[in-house]
Amino acid sequence: MENTLHATQAIVTLDVALPGIIWGWMITLNMWAKSVGTGVILVGAFLLYRHKKEEMPNLRWLMPLISFIFLNIFLLFTLADLHHPYRMVNIFLHPHWTSAITVGAWMATLFTGLVTILAAIGFFDAHPDIRRHGACAKAAREHSALYEKLFPFVVFLAVPVTLYTAIIMAEASARELWQAPAEVMQMMWAALLAGSAGLIFISNNWSRESRNDLALVLAVSTFFSFMMYMGEYFFSFKSAEAEATLAYVHSGGAYNSEFWFAMVLGFVIPFFLALGNRKSDNKTLLRFAAVLALVGLYMAKDVWLKIPQMLNLS
Amino acid sequence: MKLGFLVDLNLCMGCKGCEVACKVENEVPLSSWRLRVKYVDIGTFPDTSRSFTPLRCNHCEEAPCERICPVSALHYLDSGIVNIDNSRCIGCAGCMMACPYGAIYMDPETNTADKCTYCAHRVESGMVPACVVVCPVQANVFGDIDDETSHISQYIMEHQGSVQVRKPEKHTSPKHFYVGGGNQTLNPLAQQRLEGYNLFNNITHLKHIGDPHESVIDRFLEPFRSEEELDNRSFMDFDNKVEESYEEEGGH
Repeated sequence: MENTLHATQAIVTLDVALPGIIWGWMITLNMWAKSVGTGVILVGAFLLYRHKKEEMPNLRWLMPLISFIFLNIFLLFTLADLHHPYRMVNIFLHPHWTSAITVGAWMATLFTGLVTILAAIGFFDAHPDIRRHGACAKAAREHSALYEKLFPFVVFLAVPVTLYTAIIMAEASARELWQAPAEVMQMMWAALLAGSAGLIFISNNWSRESRNDLALVLAVSTFFSFMMYMGEYFFSFKSAEAEATLAYVHSGGAYNSEFWFAMVLGFVIPFFLALGNRKSDNKTLLRFAAVLALVGLYMAKDVWLKIPQMLNLS
Repeated sequence: MKLGFLVDLNLCMGCKGCEVACKVENEVPLSSWRLRVKYVDIGTFPDTSRSFTPLRCNHCEEAPCERICPVSALHYLDSGIVNIDNSRCIGCAGCMMACPYGAIYMDPETNTADKCTYCAHRVESGMVPACVVVCPVQANVFGDIDDETSHISQYIMEHQGSVQVRKPEKHTSPKHFYVGGGNQTLNPLAQQRLEGYNLFNNITHLKHIGDPHESVIDRFLEPFRSEEELDNRSFMDFDNKVEESYEEEGGH
């Protein structure tokens, strides 16, 4: 029997080197930072819908500021990963609209522009003594009402900006693990997870109810993220290519440890900490859960980005 | 007009003449390939056979690389060739992620994506691709598959039933056909790449993506520094430990 099986095996005896990992840590960081950048807007909007502004006094200026910082990290590493960074301008001069990269770049640029306006207005409104006579500060304060008018558009735009990376991955036909429906949901849960984790760090002076809601979003997003990955881990056996890819995270695979660290550290522990926090309101534990969730999310994204690239395509 | 390519694997003897001709014709840098011939051994001793599979861009009718390219650097020519404009490429590597055949590489000299173009520059002048000219057994057949009287169309008609494309399940409609291929030669998932079984080179550890002499910062500084000519010699590591690799590779 063993001999018969060997007779069917084909062994590559001469070939060129495998290209290895093409999209590496910079793309992981890019996706992770984008999750925080759009997530704080989405979760912030949810909190503003549920609670009065007075319960979260610093949300109006810190939410767009956090988003602004992380969107710029995302854009910086998008640029740095290009082999010709200055040619990024070609996306605007010669756009190819079937590409999710093009659509995403346009949307992310618009989104960052709008978030910059919100951050400027929010910051100068919250700090009336800073640059009292500066032209920019003056203009921002004069147009304070613009914040509330722009915010709904920013929240609306945050959804496709969160999701377009999933479509890029789905357009990468070579990598069967990245299926559009699953990636779209993973990106959305990642944004809610990263957004709630990001806002937890500025929620010290918030009302207990609003912090409870943050903990709830963190618990729900970690739970569903974990379920999504488990579904892929155990039940992606219909496609031979996806199954071969998942061998890198299954027992004995090169990314097995990183994957399970991500699952336990990033999703399982923060889920229980966030759930427990709804009764105890322990701010330190909640911040600890947020740190774990952000670290775990980075690791999970890193594994999911790299393993399909390990497979030989030809 | 729709240009297509056919390789008769029954004729191919693995001389790698096409691979060398392609390298020379297109000045493909070291560590990169537009066309490569893969050796696959099948069976158990003494009932073994070796097959040779030339692999190049499939010039798909529904090319995923063309669809994902954000700046149309990858585009279709009227002849159906999927061509690439290096001066427009931003080097995002989206095409490398999208191509199901691993046919696109990042040129370490230009830092742009590149691939087989069916020698579009030669075709434009009425010539056939360099790999077709050099093949000693005429295993490569090139021509217009829209023309019923062309050699390739007739070859396909003569061998109907045994003409295959790679990964038809990807719905890319490749315009590169194989005669005499099988699952073990055309499906990479049916093959094993075992350490110690390879003949001449370390097939899994050689890194060739990007210019090893270029850091991320250098990419940003490139327009501001004096022009430094890069050629194949720039990428040759003269300090490599030949003896060590000689031992590691079993003395080939």
